[in-house]
Amino acid sequence: MSAGDKKTGSMREGVEVAVRCNGLRKRYGDVIAVDGLDLEVLAGECFGLLGPNGAGKTTTVEILEGLLQPDAGELEVLGMRWGKDDHALRQRLGVQLQETQLAEKLTVEETLRLFRSFFDQGRDPDEVMQIVGLEEKRGSWVSKLSGGQQQRLAVASALVSRPDLLFLDEPTTGLDPQSRRQLWDLVLDFKAAGGTVLLTTHYMEEAHRLCDRVAVVDHGRVIALGTPSQLIAALGAEHVVEIDIDEDDLTVDSWLRDVEGVQDVRHEREGIFLTVSEVHKTVPALLTALEAHEVELSRLTTHNATLEDVFVSLTGRRLRDE
Amino acid sequence: MSRHSRPLWELTRARMLEFIREPEAIFWVFVFPVLLALGLGIAFRNRPVESLRIAVQQGPGATQMAGALDSFPDLRVQLLEPEEAFRELRTGRVVLMVIPGDPVTYRFDPTRSEGQLAQRAVNDAVQRLAGRSDPLEVRQQHLTEPGARYIDFLIPGLLGLNLMGSGMWGIGFNIVQARRKKLLKRLLATPMRKGHYLLSYGLSRIAFMILEVAALVGFGWLVFDVRVHGSILDLLIVSLIGALAFAGLGLLTASRAQTLEGVSGIMNLVMMPMWIFSGVFFSYARFPEALQPFIKILPLTPLLDVLRSVITDGAPLSASLGQLAAIAAWGILSFGAALKIFRWN
Repeated sequence: MSAGDKKTGSMREGVEVAVRCNGLRKRYGDVIAVDGLDLEVLAGECFGLLGPNGAGKTTTVEILEGLLQPDAGELEVLGMRWGKDDHALRQRLGVQLQETQLAEKLTVEETLRLFRSFFDQGRDPDEVMQIVGLEEKRGSWVSKLSGGQQQRLAVASALVSRPDLLFLDEPTTGLDPQSRRQLWDLVLDFKAAGGTVLLTTHYMEEAHRLCDRVAVVDHGRVIALGTPSQLIAALGAEHVVEIDIDEDDLTVDSWLRDVEGVQDVRHEREGIFLTVSEVHKTVPALLTALEAHEVELSRLTTHNATLEDVFVSLTGRRLRDE
Repeated sequence: MSRHSRPLWELTRARMLEFIREPEAIFWVFVFPVLLALGLGIAFRNRPVESLRIAVQQGPGATQMAGALDSFPDLRVQLLEPEEAFRELRTGRVVLMVIPGDPVTYRFDPTRSEGQLAQRAVNDAVQRLAGRSDPLEVRQQHLTEPGARYIDFLIPGLLGLNLMGSGMWGIGFNIVQARRKKLLKRLLATPMRKGHYLLSYGLSRIAFMILEVAALVGFGWLVFDVRVHGSILDLLIVSLIGALAFAGLGLLTASRAQTLEGVSGIMNLVMMPMWIFSGVFFSYARFPEALQPFIKILPLTPLLDVLRSVITDGAPLSASLGQLAAIAAWGILSFGAALKIFRWN
């Protein structure tokens, strides 16, 4: 992939910018889907939009893909503008939409040949089938593919354009773990070859595995931005201790906060989550405090802080509605 | 093939592959019209005139008269008692009763054409038996003109109906489905030219149009001896213009609909008047004069007129230039309008 050397994108401190938008706004009737969103995606990075359903991720991506007209805002993709360079711009994008179902009665090969024909410089469908691991299914109808295979075909139909910039809108939603991993490998290979990726997801593990930088989106705005480790570090604590106790006393929060090393206390349905910096010091202190207050502990687990914890601490809500 | 025509070819090819992999579509486009032609062709076939059933009332000389009349091929004679003969006449099982004697009496219902017919045939026979001879010798020439039968009227009608139906349904359903599955949106995200997408429907229709015409006209010819009196090329040209016109109309009706139910409703609304008024199953001349301008403006009407002019009358296309222009105008205007208001999302 030749991303990087032929770009006309604008420069920032020697780094090319693949996507830039400022103050993007879009409303549907009374619903404000995107509310003054700013983004900057650098060439060669995998950039993630992380947020719950309805946060405005898809609307944002479809504006960037030139499929929706924003109500307001500045927008530049690969140094070009929608409404002016549409045809040239589409030649260089690869797009996978969230809900597209490809024609059921075409085969894998026929589908890719069709998409290939729209681009001046694309890839051979055979090559793309090999990349996404669908060579054996080349003669199968789309309707006969599994969910994971259909999703890989959707990505393949985006790759036949030999894109500089690949948009993936929740590419692994609804897939089993193995199919998810296969798709992740595709994205990592594309990026390793120099391509730029903008993906949306509500799986923090996915964002963590794939993305160089993540923008946390809620209510149509970016509420945090950084590498996954930066965002987690910003919690001020690397670990989370979850406990279940037999206690509905409201004073419990105040004395838990006083336990050595506890940064934050929050109540979840599963139990009480304590954000801590050093598990080995906090846990003994916690047990002592529980004993002192004569509270019985029914469960204690610990995990490394994740982007989910970041999201919850930023918004007070979970990423996925459960 | 040049680089710029390739997407159009690939779109057309995909369209055709999708169509032939849809067994229902094949049935409705190719099999159903043939079955319809077969059914209607049999139901309305021309039958030889049936012989007339008459009764001779029992009495003196009745037996000889009955025997003599029965020897005429278009009469079937029964010898009956008076009351019985009268009952048979009243219930229509015989159309006339003869009462021998002098004078010979014919009893029949003069408002029934069969009664009149029987009266003439029986009287002719009775007079001959009594010794009348014709002063002038006559000869009969029999002619059953192919082209004047109902099936000859029906085949071009069904052909036009089929060109309309497959253009509208085939295109409309497919487009609405692609819109619902967000496939149109996905295509919009590529550099595909929108005109190519819409045009691919027209091109695939051309290919299937040839097969549709061949299936129905071939069937009519083999089974009912319906001949194409004009040139096959002219027939294909008319069918082509008709298929494209209805492809345009199909695109237009599907250009904004979001659901299959919605598009079905619109299509029925558009096609129903043509089913009834345009002269598929019977001549539109039967409708009142006041309706004629409305009927003639529907696109199917001129298409059927030209199809019949080529198939039945064997007229050249130059005789129908005005009607061809009207059909083409429908196609061009609908295609243009569809391109303008088409909803991709």
